[in-house]
Amino acid sequence: MTEPSAPTGEDLWRGVWRDNPVFVQALGMCPVLAVSNTALNALAMGLATSFVLCMSNAVVSLLRSFIPRQVRIATYILIIATFVTVVDYLIRAVSLDLHRALGAFISLIVVNCLILGRAEAFASRHPVGPSILDGLGNGLGFSLALFALGAVREIVGSGRLFGVPLFHEGYQGWVVMILPSGGFFTLAAWLLVFNRVRAFRARAVPRAQEVPS
Amino acid sequence: MYRAMVGVAVLCGVLIVSVFEVTRPTIERNEARALRDAVLEVLPGARSSRAFVWSAGGDGFHAYRPDGEEGEMVYAGYDDAGVLVGVAVEAVGMGYQDRIRLIYGYSAVPERIVGLRVLESRETPGLGDRIEKDPAFLQNFVDLDVSLAPGGKDLAHPVEAVKHGQKDRPWQVDGITGATVSSDALASIVARSASKWLPRIRPQVADFSSKGDT
Repeated sequence: MTEPSAPTGEDLWRGVWRDNPVFVQALGMCPVLAVSNTALNALAMGLATSFVLCMSNAVVSLLRSFIPRQVRIATYILIIATFVTVVDYLIRAVSLDLHRALGAFISLIVVNCLILGRAEAFASRHPVGPSILDGLGNGLGFSLALFALGAVREIVGSGRLFGVPLFHEGYQGWVVMILPSGGFFTLAAWLLVFNRVRAFRARAVPRAQEVPS
Repeated sequence: MYRAMVGVAVLCGVLIVSVFEVTRPTIERNEARALRDAVLEVLPGARSSRAFVWSAGGDGFHAYRPDGEEGEMVYAGYDDAGVLVGVAVEAVGMGYQDRIRLIYGYSAVPERIVGLRVLESRETPGLGDRIEKDPAFLQNFVDLDVSLAPGGKDLAHPVEAVKHGQKDRPWQVDGITGATVSSDALASIVARSASKWLPRIRPQVADFSSKGDT
C-alpha cells in the first residue's frame, strides 16, 4: 500500500476505464443483465448503484479503524444495506413508475459484489477522499456500461430510446433483445468491442512504454 | 467488537428512519396521485373521484374519512356535473411471474366493465407484459359484460379468457397468443374480484350517487 493519500485522478479513472466493473472485471452481472432492457432503467440502476457505492465507500473508509477485522464483512453489508434502503425510499419519492420498473433489483443492490468488493479492496484501506473518488469512478463505469447495454437493447428491441420512437411506425422490434437472453447477446457484443479496442490500444503503445497493470 | 457493530447498527438505523420520515409525505402523495389517475382512467368521462369503505358490519359502503372506519375500499368516479360514472375496484392475483395488481372501472347501467389498467406486474417483457400495453387486449375491458345473475348473488356469466380470435360472447376475454398464462391470469383476477364486489356494489349504487357531490 504505497499509494498516495491525496485523491488523484487515477482513483476516479481506474473504475471508469482500466478496471471497468462490467467490461473488465465482469462484476455485478445480475443487474447488468436484468435491468438493462431500456436506457432509462439502465441509467437509473447505474445512478442508484453509484450512490450506494460512493456512500458506502465513504462510510467504510471513515470507520475503517473502528471496525474489527473479524466482523468487517457483516458490518460492510449493514452499511451497504442502509444506503440501499435510503435509495429505495428516494426512488419511490421521485417516481413510482421507475420504482416499479426496477422492482426487486433495487433491494438486490445489497448483494452486488462490486460494492462489497470496493469496500473490502479499496475503502477499508484508504482515506475518505480517494475512497469517494474510487466509488464515483466505479459507479460511473458501471452506469456507462449499463447505459451502453440498455441503449442498444432498447433501440434494437423496441425501436426507441428513452421511450422516444426512432424509426418509422412499421418498425418491428426484435423482441428477444428485451428478453433476458438479449442481455447476454448485448453484453457479449460489448465485451467483444471493448476487448478489441483494448487490444488495439495495447499494440499501439510501444513495448518500452508499456506499464505493467 | 460488539460495541463497534452495535454502534454502526444504531447509526444505520437512525439514518434509515430519518430518510423514511423525510420522504414519506412525498411517497404518500405520489401513491395517492397514481391511484387517482388510475381511477379516472378506467372510468372514461370521470373528472373527480371519491373513496368509499366497505363496512364489514353489513351496512354497505361509507364515504372514506381518514379518521373513520378502516376496510376494503372502492373508488366512485363522477363527471363534470357530479353524476356517477361508475365505481373503480382494485384487484390482486397471481400472474405468471409474480402478483398482478390492477384496477377496473364498473358501470352499473348497463352492467359493464368499462376500463382496466394494470397497476403492478412483472410479467415477461415482450410477451406477458402485453396484458399492460396491448391496445387490442385492453379493448376487451372497454365493454365487458358483467351482469349479475337473477338474485344478484353472483355474475350471470363468469368472466373467462378464450383463445385469441374465439371470443363470441360479451363476457369473454380475447386472450393473447404468446401470453396465454398472463391473459388467463388477468381474466381470472377480474372474474374473482367482480363476483365478490359487484353483488355488493350493484344494490348500493344509489348511495354512491347521492354522496357524490365533491
